[in-house]
Amino acid sequence: MSYIETSSGKWEVVVGLEVHAQVTSSSKLFSDAPTGFGVYPNENVAFFDAAIPGTLPVVNSFCIDQAIKTGLGLNGTVNLTSLFDRKNYFYADLPTGYQITQFYHPIISGGYVEIETEEGEIKRVNLDHIHLEQDAGKSIHDQSPTKTFVDLNRSGVALMEIVTKPDMRSAEEAASFLRKLRSILRYLKTCDGNMDEGSMRADVNVSVHRPGTEYGTRAEVKNVNSIKFLAAAVNFEVERQISILESGNEVKQETRLFDSSTGKTKAMRSKEDAPDYRYFPEPDLLPLVLEQSRIDTIRSTIPELPDSRARRLQLDYDLPHYDACLITSEKEVADFYEKALGSVKSDKELAKTLSSWIIGELFALLNKHGKTILESRVSPEHMGELIFLIKTDVISGKIAKDVLELMWETQKPPTDIVEEKGWKQIVSVDIIRDSLKEVLAKHSDKVAEYKGGKDKLFGFFIGQAMKETQGKANPQILNEVLEELLGE
Amino acid sequence: MYNLSLHEIRKGLLSKKFSSLELTRCFINRIEKFCDLNAFITVSADLALESAERSDKRIADGKSRGLEGIPLAIKDLFLTKGIRTTAGSKMLENFIPPYESTVTSRLLGAGAIFLGKTNMDEFAMGSANVTSYYGRVVNPWSRDKKLVPGGSSGGSAAAVAAHLCVAATGSDTGGSVRQPAAFSGIVGLKPTYGRCSRYGMVAFASSLDQAGPMTKTVRDAAILLKIIAGYDEKDSTSFTEEVPDFESFAGKSIKGLKIGIPKEYRIPGMSEEVIDFWEKGAALLKDAGAEIVDVSLPYSKYALPAYYIIATAEASSNLSRYDGVRYGFRAGGLTLNEIYENTRAEGFGDEVKRRILIGTYVLSAGYYDAYYIKALKVRKLIRQDFISTFEKVDVLLTPTAPTSAFAFNEEPQDPITMYLNDIFTVTANIAGLPGISVPIGLDKLGRPIGLQLLAPHFREELLVQVGAALEEAANFPSLKEMGR
Repeated sequence: MSYIETSSGKWEVVVGLEVHAQVTSSSKLFSDAPTGFGVYPNENVAFFDAAIPGTLPVVNSFCIDQAIKTGLGLNGTVNLTSLFDRKNYFYADLPTGYQITQFYHPIISGGYVEIETEEGEIKRVNLDHIHLEQDAGKSIHDQSPTKTFVDLNRSGVALMEIVTKPDMRSAEEAASFLRKLRSILRYLKTCDGNMDEGSMRADVNVSVHRPGTEYGTRAEVKNVNSIKFLAAAVNFEVERQISILESGNEVKQETRLFDSSTGKTKAMRSKEDAPDYRYFPEPDLLPLVLEQSRIDTIRSTIPELPDSRARRLQLDYDLPHYDACLITSEKEVADFYEKALGSVKSDKELAKTLSSWIIGELFALLNKHGKTILESRVSPEHMGELIFLIKTDVISGKIAKDVLELMWETQKPPTDIVEEKGWKQIVSVDIIRDSLKEVLAKHSDKVAEYKGGKDKLFGFFIGQAMKETQGKANPQILNEVLEELLGE
Repeated sequence: MYNLSLHEIRKGLLSKKFSSLELTRCFINRIEKFCDLNAFITVSADLALESAERSDKRIADGKSRGLEGIPLAIKDLFLTKGIRTTAGSKMLENFIPPYESTVTSRLLGAGAIFLGKTNMDEFAMGSANVTSYYGRVVNPWSRDKKLVPGGSSGGSAAAVAAHLCVAATGSDTGGSVRQPAAFSGIVGLKPTYGRCSRYGMVAFASSLDQAGPMTKTVRDAAILLKIIAGYDEKDSTSFTEEVPDFESFAGKSIKGLKIGIPKEYRIPGMSEEVIDFWEKGAALLKDAGAEIVDVSLPYSKYALPAYYIIATAEASSNLSRYDGVRYGFRAGGLTLNEIYENTRAEGFGDEVKRRILIGTYVLSAGYYDAYYIKALKVRKLIRQDFISTFEKVDVLLTPTAPTSAFAFNEEPQDPITMYLNDIFTVTANIAGLPGISVPIGLDKLGRPIGLQLLAPHFREELLVQVGAALEEAANFPSLKEMGR
């Protein structure tokens, strides 16, 4: 258990999350308006989304499938009957004056996500439920001093609200949860996880208490839209609440807003001011009744998810845990990795070298050019070939970096590049011995010094020989031969 | 020709006895002549005449459709593309719909001509057409005193009764088609919930609202129902049930059918004459070969309170969209809340505000279980009550309303007594059942009285069959026959 230790003693932190994940779907939850990002304001608005009188919601069955898939991917139970409810409140960007959500009977119950704690242990974060709901529009207050503008493009877009149990015990656990959740949703292709574009947002509940006592009063922090901010919000709340408690006061149950520019949370409304949403069953929709066969069909489309994929890579290739987790955190990276591996002889040694090269060199190149793995100019097959050249001593690791650069530029296979450039590693002991002999002859004075005890000169001879062979000499052989020659 | 039934008009048009243009002109003239009835909020004369010309051409070309060239009036709650739709409210005084409701587009698709949009209680909330922002409607049966036409489809009822159109559409949430039909001496049919699409109808209470025809005869109601009924993918609560040829049931013998008379529908404060006509109706059906069976619907007495909880709860939410932000009336204000408050204070009338308040209250934290949830339980019991009763009888016969139409300013002054007008009609909405009101006779003051028939879910053909038999036996006079 991780506790926070202050001068007054130990504190335990309790965190629960409500994650709003936008369902990947070309149209909205209850209308056929498109959901595309980056169009003009109020362009993606059907009559229903603007609450024109007489319009009615019609359930988008693809969004339902997506929610089912998400529920199954997160180990939840799909409820064969669920209901939509209305949550009533007035706001300018909520055209109907109510949000259609699932308050009483959500589509998914239970479920869990496994995270790794700081101590390296696997921990289950349990889910309470997942429900479907509509997003509201957007109110824009900063375009005019006296006016508010309303953009309804988001109005009616399908969201999944993924609600956890209060199972996390630190900012880091909350961050790992969100990271893992995002990764799974992206594997499932049910949410793109773009926190910048608002496709994923979190409300976070935080409380602190003394170990062994009841949970403290919680504060709910809204508007947390990145993993970094999530950790910051939790940490800020923990500090704030501990200092309130330590000074003998009580934490108020309230809703707070996270300000990303200051990293602080500020009070938004107290429990007493909480609106009465007057939930009641949505009379415009029939209960959502699902056939078991539909669920089974969707289950069969669920891909291997990051946890089991990482376990498989560790098991099959002895890949270190760290590498396996990194490689599998994005489905596209894992796909790239396995494709590269599959294109060459996939032995265990190759597997580790490949993951190091992807995590290190390839990621650096992608970063430098601002590309994703799907846009990589180096194909998985060429990447595999490059690793094969390294492992079979055709080129050295040092040369390989230059080869990779050229692969990015020219998109040529590494073998061709090595051939053209004449970068093949020299593995012939005779050639290496000859060039070393030359070096030693040229620097006979230094040889004498070396023999007199100046060990450091060993590196000097290696450097000279490398220079002589344009860096192509196999370093291991070079070392061995030099030792042999100097030992004579 | 203006007093002919839809069935007769259709024959006349096809046999070219008269043209749609002549017919349409005739009704437009009558609408003008009887404008003091205030039956219409908007008259779309030019559009109607244009459509009539097109229909005449189709008839001439032998391309006639089901309602080709037949002039109808549309309750101002159905969205009509390009034609102002107010729902009887100031809130939508200048609202021009961007699309056509499913019901009206099916009528248009069958070749119907729209004369205009009829007056109604504001947002369909009322039983006397007194809450309309566009003024009261006068019941054409009025003699010395002005009578209310019933509500909320009061304009449609008055227009049909006064022969200002061949037939009209109405909507029925708690009796808004059947009760004004009874008060105005016409036929009004409320289909099974889910039979007709609600798409494009200004919503009052989503789980209760249903469109229905208001006509001069039962056969006419059957003809219109066939056209407006059927599944619509735009309304998830509409049903895929097959739509029978309702018209073919008009005139069919009712021999051997069992007619249930529920004893709970005899309530204190009911007019003696209504009871007499109820008994007369039963006797007429018996004479026509039906079997009269006494039945009991013990939960019916809870229908009215349950109705006013469910209907107001849904309405309070459905009417939240009228906020002055996107369309409709907007009052000024410096902040968003001020705009909301001013817009809704000025844009809604008292009855609408009352129901929004009741609905908001019954859904509030702490009251939800005591009111709303309890009302839903009652609803289930009432529904079950009917389902088991329909194992014993084919249809039920009841009065449509406890009294005949009342005079202006003699209507109940407190809302609760006014709500009692719906006591016999709300059960059908609560249970989702189809019902029809058929005029049975005139009381001593010369005011029409209607009887209601209720049938099992999706058995509207029984309403047509028994309703037509009742109609024939009752031989109710049309206003023209009455010399007015």
